[in-house]
Amino acid sequence: MAERSDIGEYQALTYFQLMEVSLRELLVEKGVVSEQAVSEAVEDMRRRGPDSGARVVARAWLDAEFRRLLLENGTRACEAMGIEVPATRLVVVENTPQAHNVIVCTLCSCYPRMLLGIPPDWYKSRNYRSRVVREPRAVLAEFGLRIADEVAIRVHDSTADMRYMVLPMRPAGTEGWDAARLASIVSRDCMIGVAVPKT
Amino acid sequence: MQAVAGSAGGQYPSHRPAAPARFAPGDRVRVRDSAPLGHIRTPFYIRGHAGVIERYCGAFPNPEELAQMRDGLPAQPLYRVRFLESEVWPDYAGRAGDTIDIEIFQHWLERA
Repeated sequence: MAERSDIGEYQALTYFQLMEVSLRELLVEKGVVSEQAVSEAVEDMRRRGPDSGARVVARAWLDAEFRRLLLENGTRACEAMGIEVPATRLVVVENTPQAHNVIVCTLCSCYPRMLLGIPPDWYKSRNYRSRVVREPRAVLAEFGLRIADEVAIRVHDSTADMRYMVLPMRPAGTEGWDAARLASIVSRDCMIGVAVPKT
Repeated sequence: MQAVAGSAGGQYPSHRPAAPARFAPGDRVRVRDSAPLGHIRTPFYIRGHAGVIERYCGAFPNPEELAQMRDGLPAQPLYRVRFLESEVWPDYAGRAGDTIDIEIFQHWLERA
């Protein structure tokens, strides 16, 4: 059963909700999929969260060879950590003192779900999608992130078969931290590029 | 058109029949200014603009064909193209070096 926001009060189904229900019921009726298989697929999606991405970032901060592989071929690097990225190709873009990266999908909501889970609603909003390509500095400032003028902004529009993740810079003051502690400061927003890790 | 793995090798080689890659990183290209109907993965805001090939991504079934329930083969070479924000938006308020990278299929690109 798909997630609903109509707790407590009845709301008519929207056009697309109605289409989803109709299609699902037909597929079940015709024996193409079972209700249980649908529930399991939904649960599987829900289980994935940004902790996988954070583990990848922490490893890249600690292991120069892994970082090199991650930037060269993100899919293979994740597979080396036991994280499957089925059917998509992962491109990891690295923040440096000279460049800050931020990810968007202007056409729909392409997102590295295998590493970050389900995208936040704002990522799918028309506001974010249309504005971050046109005025990225203003949008980042609304997230509380001011990028200095001498740092270039690199916006990445995921329009086709690649998926993107930002490799943030490791903050000062984290010397000697282990992978788990480093991962704990890498939030979802840091890997989309609308925030940076803080100690 | 060649039916070879490796004809469009690159970062993520395809094992499907693929059109050969015509562009290399650093090449200056322009996005066709065209408005066909259907499922198009080339955003409107970038059509007609010129940029530089950032990398070759591999060859992938053409999404415009997939959307019509066809197989999308031969796979089309896909590139990441880097554009200057200040060229895309004449009134861009950020700094001059800010960029936007977009994945664009080869059949939408011409040499600039």
